[in-house]
Amino acid sequence: MSELARTTPAQVEGREERAVTVYPRVDVLETENEYLVLADLPGVTPADIDIRFEKGELSVHGRRPAFRDYGPTAYHRSFAVAETVASDKITAELKSGVLTIHLPKVEAVKPKRITVTG
Amino acid sequence: MTKNNRHPFGALWQEFNQMQDEFAKWFGRASGITTPPAFSVWEDENAVYAEADLPGVDSTKLEVTITEGNQLTVQGERAAPEISGAAWIRQERPFGKFTRVVTLPALVDADQVEAKYENGVLRLRMPKHEAAKPRKIVVKGE
Repeated sequence: MSELARTTPAQVEGREERAVTVYPRVDVLETENEYLVLADLPGVTPADIDIRFEKGELSVHGRRPAFRDYGPTAYHRSFAVAETVASDKITAELKSGVLTIHLPKVEAVKPKRITVTG
Repeated sequence: MTKNNRHPFGALWQEFNQMQDEFAKWFGRASGITTPPAFSVWEDENAVYAEADLPGVDSTKLEVTITEGNQLTVQGERAAPEISGAAWIRQERPFGKFTRVVTLPALVDADQVEAKYENGVLRLRMPKHEAAKPRKIVVKGE
């Protein structure tokens, strides 16, 4: 019985502070000019999102504040991105808890119309 | 995966757990870990609160109804992304109409409900009906 009562305040705090990692659901689409990644990140504000592109890997981190008895939620997902993406032109926007990442294709791989002379 | 041969339903139990894990993964959550549920309801002395994760929903089309003082219905629709000339590479996010019906722990005053949709989360504050609030009873002494 004394074992149960032994939880120290520090331990309790530790439990509350540890974030739970959730892998958000994601849609990936491709158009002529770009790839689109849409992720469900409810309860997250733009300030709490971290998107990185490093060595061909796109990683998305989001943090949602603690809610009642639950600790904070950490959203995390990463993707291998083809070299055909212009990494310096990646943009992202957050609306209604949905994160949309635009990954423009490098000029060389965009479909090109060839005009025929004759 | 350790096989539990001593459990009477050893193989079956293992399969069941495996299925649960897969099911949980399918819904984007690791099994056995406490994350806030997609729809939660709680109360204090004066009001009942509800919070639901509804990312990407058009808030003007969200319908929140209270029937019989304690039945909460949330209806809405999430449209699939309409991007012309786009091909799908991966699809995990659900689309379409949804309805959630929840019985609240106390009677609420439907006229006083506050609903807010922010960052893809619907938050409701439903003040309790006078009759449902705790009442102090005065005991007449001798």
